[in-house]
Amino acid sequence: MKIFVGQGSCGIASGAKKTAVRISEILKEKDLDIPVIPTGCIGICYLEPIVDIYEEDGKMTRYTGVMAEMAEEIIESHVINGKPLKKYMIPEEGEAFLGKQTRIVLENCGIINPEDIEEYIAKGGYMAMEKALKEMSREEICHEITVSDLRGRGGGGFLTGRKWNQVREQKDSCKYVVCNADEGDPGAFMDRSVMEGDPHKMLEGMIIAGIATGAGEGYIYVRAEYPLAVKRLQKAISDAEQKNFLGENILGTDFSFRIHINLGAGAFVCGEGSALTASIEGKRGMPRVKPPRTVEQGLFGKPTVLNNVETFANVPYIIRNSAEAFKKIGTAGNSGTKAFALTGNVVNTGLIEVPMGTRLKDIIFDIGGGVKDGKGFKAVQIGGPSGGCLTKRHLDLPLDFDSLEKEGAMIGSGGLVVMDEDTCMVSIARFFMDFTQKESCGKCVPCREGTHIMLELLDDITEARAGKDTVNNLLELADTIKNTALCGLGKTAPNPVISTISEFKEEYMAHVVDGICPAGVCEAYKKIIIDDGKCVGCGLCKKVCPVNAISGGSYKKAHVIDNNKCIKCKACLGVCKLDAISIA
Amino acid sequence: MGRNDIDTKKDSRHENNCENCHGEMYDFRELDDIIMQAKVIKGNLIIILQEAQRIYGYLPREVINRISEKTGHTTAEIYGVATFYAQFRLKPIGKHLIMLCQGTACHVSGAQQIEKAIKEELEIEDGETTEDMLFTLNNVACLGCCSLAPVMMIKTGEEEETHGKLTPEKTVEIIKELRLLEEQGTENEREAV
Repeated sequence: MKIFVGQGSCGIASGAKKTAVRISEILKEKDLDIPVIPTGCIGICYLEPIVDIYEEDGKMTRYTGVMAEMAEEIIESHVINGKPLKKYMIPEEGEAFLGKQTRIVLENCGIINPEDIEEYIAKGGYMAMEKALKEMSREEICHEITVSDLRGRGGGGFLTGRKWNQVREQKDSCKYVVCNADEGDPGAFMDRSVMEGDPHKMLEGMIIAGIATGAGEGYIYVRAEYPLAVKRLQKAISDAEQKNFLGENILGTDFSFRIHINLGAGAFVCGEGSALTASIEGKRGMPRVKPPRTVEQGLFGKPTVLNNVETFANVPYIIRNSAEAFKKIGTAGNSGTKAFALTGNVVNTGLIEVPMGTRLKDIIFDIGGGVKDGKGFKAVQIGGPSGGCLTKRHLDLPLDFDSLEKEGAMIGSGGLVVMDEDTCMVSIARFFMDFTQKESCGKCVPCREGTHIMLELLDDITEARAGKDTVNNLLELADTIKNTALCGLGKTAPNPVISTISEFKEEYMAHVVDGICPAGVCEAYKKIIIDDGKCVGCGLCKKVCPVNAISGGSYKKAHVIDNNKCIKCKACLGVCKLDAISIA
Repeated sequence: MGRNDIDTKKDSRHENNCENCHGEMYDFRELDDIIMQAKVIKGNLIIILQEAQRIYGYLPREVINRISEKTGHTTAEIYGVATFYAQFRLKPIGKHLIMLCQGTACHVSGAQQIEKAIKEELEIEDGETTEDMLFTLNNVACLGCCSLAPVMMIKTGEEEETHGKLTPEKTVEIIKELRLLEEQGTENEREAV
């Protein structure tokens, strides 16, 4: 018997470490020699901490929401008395959440111990690397990846195989493979999950890229916000070196490859290729003008393959099972799967992996269980601050690179933030603009100044200062930034504004013309109400009002507030002893 | 700390009134070792700064001068890099660094209320440190625990602890608990003396 406890960052934050420690203690007390093994995140984050008990015959029982204090009862009943405890087992909708997915990238996450290379090897790990190294030529590897139609999962959607081939053709003897693990999109965490749950898969993909292009060194650029991922990667690299999957003369061939880890220092723009390589070089992470492209002059001025974690993690599957097998999943020209981080106002939050082209409806309602608290679905933000919002009319839209591009959105890194009917779309657009404005590196004027002014205009709307032409000014500025900014971050920064205006123009107009925030979110549009049934006209509120907006009030006669004068300082709310004043 | 080993002279101009170094002196031995080891790494400046911040908790002016001396990068270049990245700090921080996630999922789940609760409890703004040097509040980009939103990570020394599904009440409770532990810690120390 073996006991697995899911210990990704999300599991640990839910208390999984304490649960694992408690289980080990109980097993020790009872003199039971059963290993308690950490594993990565299976993706059902809302049911963490998760404990899987494997019998000798391989049968697995999954318990969810296992806090430390529940451990004893489970061990007592299941392990000692052989009676699985139904009440703590995974609920049906949890099974359904997993059952509706197709897992390639996440296949081992939450199943194997990420800190044990043997478990990865037992799942067929490093077989693809050996095949690429011993049975395939460089051209054949690049060809296989190209015909598989694997497209970059970081958002761009460029054909991976074509990129590799371009690097392969470069004459330079020194080339690099770089893995972009600077997952900065707020609302996306699939790369973290792969690094924490199955780090070897990504390393294997990188090594194969090295073989295919003739590179001798690889760099992983990881966010410093992911300490656990860094720890597991370091262990994975040193284990792979011990097995001679990395290092000099790998598996007796003349191919040598080393992988280094570089920690990001907190700059969103470093997700952009040329900024990322500048950061690895120890410089300010600012994008540069292209060409030359990364494949010609990337890291340290040398030809460089740059892909993200999820892209590399797809590679071993393609090499092992052939491009044909990979193309059977997904839609034409958009083969394979895509991992999505499903968050926001949705019932089942977590990480999912579905074939490319799965309809939005199926993801949100079948897998995600619909909108939280029985509220109505309003929109879903896809692709983070560079993406756009999809609404009710997109529910039947297949999610893949091409369909989304037609709708003016992008798949981005795959963050799906579900928003319910109580969300104000202007505030959401403002939130993203605030983010990109802060993260703008400042090199080019359109992005540095443009995003700043766009944020001011959005502030004008949410703070009730805007006029009718504010919305048009926003669109005009958005268009200029889109056409003139230097890098991808700047060019896509206006997307959330453009897409919310095109989908929810009436909501913008309600703010600027009618003076109301339909969702009731923007503070400035709220009104102070004095309940004349409760108010006795004591005069306290009138005295404290700094702008004399409150009038009237004499013995048993209620006060009246002039909401045009009121500045919403809420001083009156604080002094009223009868709860007669409210804000709505 | 072996203060006798310090071989740089204090710069008298900012002995007592430099807000970055408080006129303190620094033990450079570990830093010098790191700079030596980093010589073989291409593009090592960010790595050196990260290590320096690990040692000193932040990047004091003296330390930046020292790195400049030992690596040949100009101080302007080093400040250029240090101020570009959100991770580097030019001022000391509190013992517990509260990193409050401002990602999309946390935003729609009420991160603003959490921020307000922390600011009110500690009476500090974003980026500031409490007077007793116990807490610093930093708003950070996504921590990647979106399914547990709203989330904060509290970093104490090298240890990080992530707290999810926060409510304003739960957040204040966590801070109060940490403060209580600190007070008990100091009392125990006093008793030991």
